[in-house]
Amino acid sequence: MTIREVMNIVEGKVLVGEDRLDTRVDTACGSDLMSDVLAFVKEKTVLITGLINPHVVRTSEMLDITCIVFSRGKMPSEEILEMADEIGITVLSSPMTTYTACGELYVHGLPGTKKKPAAEGV
Amino acid sequence: MAVLLEKNFPVEAGAYTTAGEASTTIKRTLKQLGISAETLRRVSVACYEVELNLVIHSLGGTLTLLVTPEKVTLISKDVGPGIPDIDKAMTEGYSTASDEARTLGFGAGMGLPNMKRNATEFDIQSEVGVGTTITMSFAL
Repeated sequence: MTIREVMNIVEGKVLVGEDRLDTRVDTACGSDLMSDVLAFVKEKTVLITGLINPHVVRTSEMLDITCIVFSRGKMPSEEILEMADEIGITVLSSPMTTYTACGELYVHGLPGTKKKPAAEGV
Repeated sequence: MAVLLEKNFPVEAGAYTTAGEASTTIKRTLKQLGISAETLRRVSVACYEVELNLVIHSLGGTLTLLVTPEKVTLISKDVGPGIPDIDKAMTEGYSTASDEARTLGFGAGMGLPNMKRNATEFDIQSEVGVGTTITMSFAL
């Protein structure tokens, strides 16, 4: 699925990354708990969250998350948007709740993430 | 073993606003060295977790990045307060994080187990009143 399709499904608007809407995503994760995001997420993932602070972007950068969807129409600060744009993360805002946005993406064929396997040798 | 790179990053206790800056720098540095995306992600996640731990739990410390042709090593060394029960701290879901950390989306008790999961080798040494040292290496 492309980020453009994600945007249409969650009825979202682009806050940054208009030029990256054709990037592909393979999985999605809905969480306000960045600790869990760090433990579960793989690359090419969309993160759907109602949490708004710079750590959402930092966490996403560490995991190579491609797209963040802020649910319930929440608007992040300019600082957060600039950080995301600099890293190349597309940011969308959706009027849906996290639950609904996740549900819509799931029924449209975007699967969830699974816990990461241990590194070799562990 | 030839050391390609060694860098120290001081991490301040309670500095929630800047937490993660060292990890961002480390990730960008390693990316320039051309290490694989998968290894880079593992190092980055473990690095961010350990940096957050220094901010949330420690009285301050230093994060050291060491790169050789064989592996990337991250060493987190703090000046206290030390962990009374390491086994408990290594249990998923156990956390002593403050409300402030939880408000930011952390403190789920996933940090140490997640570091261990991502690192090739993981070692933690701690003494109450002295400090904690975590050493993680990632095979290249």
